Amino acid sequence: MGILLFFVLLAGIAPWFTPDPKAMTVARWNPPSLERLLGTDLFGRDVFSLFVNGLSMSLIIGVLAGLIATFVGVAIGAVAGYRGGIVDEILMSATNVMLVIPALALLIVLAAFLKMRNEFLMSAIIGFTSWPWTARSIRSQTLSLKSREFIELSKMSGLSEIRIVFQDVLPNMFSYVFMCFALQMANGILSETALSMVGLGPTDVVTLGQMLRWALLWETVRLGYWWVFVPVTVAVTLITTSLLLINTGMDEMFNPRMRKL
Amino acid sequence: MKKPTFSPLFLLICKKAVFYIATYFVALSLIFLIIRLMPGNPVEQLVARLVAGRHSGQTFVGVDKLYWQFITEFGLDRPILDQFYVYMQNMLTFNFGVSISAYPSSVIAIITGSLPWSFLVLFPSIIVGFVVGNYLGAVAASKKGILDNVVFNTSLLLSNVPYYCLAFIMRYIFAFLYPLFPIGQGYSLGHAGFSLTPEWIVDYLHHYALPFLSLVLINVGGQAIGMRVMMIYELNSDYYVYSKQLGLSEGKLTNYAYRNAMLPQITGLALSFGTIFGGSLITEIVFNYPGIGLTLYQAILEQDYPLIQGCFAMITLTTLLANFLMDILYAFIDPRIKAVYSGEKK
Repeated sequence: MGILLFFVLLAGIAPWFTPDPKAMTVARWNPPSLERLLGTDLFGRDVFSLFVNGLSMSLIIGVLAGLIATFVGVAIGAVAGYRGGIVDEILMSATNVMLVIPALALLIVLAAFLKMRNEFLMSAIIGFTSWPWTARSIRSQTLSLKSREFIELSKMSGLSEIRIVFQDVLPNMFSYVFMCFALQMANGILSETALSMVGLGPTDVVTLGQMLRWALLWETVRLGYWWVFVPVTVAVTLITTSLLLINTGMDEMFNPRMRKL
Repeated sequence: MKKPTFSPLFLLICKKAVFYIATYFVALSLIFLIIRLMPGNPVEQLVARLVAGRHSGQTFVGVDKLYWQFITEFGLDRPILDQFYVYMQNMLTFNFGVSISAYPSSVIAIITGSLPWSFLVLFPSIIVGFVVGNYLGAVAASKKGILDNVVFNTSLLLSNVPYYCLAFIMRYIFAFLYPLFPIGQGYSLGHAGFSLTPEWIVDYLHHYALPFLSLVLINVGGQAIGMRVMMIYELNSDYYVYSKQLGLSEGKLTNYAYRNAMLPQITGLALSFGTIFGGSLITEIVFNYPGIGLTLYQAILEQDYPLIQGCFAMITLTTLLANFLMDILYAFIDPRIKAVYSGEKK
């Protein structure tokens, strides 16, 4: 949690104080120094400045993609679980089909055929390819909630199905939905980084994946310029790890049976 | 001779096969839709590329003719359903067309050239990762204490490192700081192609080690964590406690728990196969290892749409096949499914 907060703050505050990330200087491949915290790259751009700007963009894409994926997943999962029968059958076979199609490959094809990609479009395509996991788990949660007394009561009092789903079912698994969101956000950041790394990221902004792409194209590993790729890899790892830890932490909090373990 | 009746197990396999074939169809249709719905005209781009590729000495007179020739060649002037039919026919016969970036060679030839490289890394690393990870997880759960702590935390860290990040770091440490292994590629220069001479094999393994290890490490981490949770669950279950009180030997008990904890792990593996495959594609790119991931990467850099499409089809097909095999395997391993479907239990 602390780690995530640290990165969010860094991404939110630091860009105000760093030089323009796109400003090129003659100082190429400078190692880190007090003046330039993470050195410079091929074009003499300040890596720390690129890093914090990329970080905020990656976090934004992660949040947006997570929101979209969670929203779609929850809608499909809740409807399938609540309605049951043929609706459930159709929605769940669609989910299973989407689940076994390799998401990353699908994303790559999608992105490859898009000419202009901005951060919102990126979030949208990531979100729309990663909802099946959420749909599955929300469905099983809905199934277990469905047979509780208070739902029966709402049904007896003649509330419409949509109202029951949105007013009784969903609020009762809000914590669960949030857990799904944490996972989806981690997934969003990972997907964005992977996509940008192969050159299919947003076309006009800096993201963490974009930085890895440059690191790859310029053979920085072979040259030993560690300051270009180490901060990015560490940041991505820590952010996704902390999101997953938030997920499991909440799981333990809300699920007393797990806490014993 | 017995009358040839269809066993329920056979029917299960058929059902699964139908599902996966349908999924493959859906995946291909999705791609068809994506290509058709995208703004921009791929033929225009193709012609532009071809014309740009012709350097001085050739005239550009035939551009318009070329454009219409492609339109008819790809059947773009025909009704959409016809196009869909032709597209499906081509896809299902692995006729992905001709690569743009490596012009005369066909897409399928390029893919079959790189697929073995990928498989050689992918499948051994999954198997090794699965076996080692499960073993570690089970041991950690049953031994508890410091060992458990160490295994759990290391696995947690490992399983959360994104594939490309680990690949970057491994490459930096073991190929740059301590040059134990080559920094990338699948073979040394001059050792291209498959041959089975001892030097070639040594050279191959030398290049193989780092991508392989980085995939194994991540798989081990993920499997160990899953196995540990499952094992703890089994170790606290009623049957285990009861058998323990009955005085069954520790070894036998652990064996039972292990076998029970194993089943969800296999399902998990089947479900995450797509992710692992995706990760290995990315790992290949970072290590410059000549598998299908690198092919896809180069296809993207070159905007070689037929090749991208072909790679996607092959990746999807492989994933679906692997999932299908895993489902069948699962039916054979899980005594409950086996009992139900082979008619022992009515």
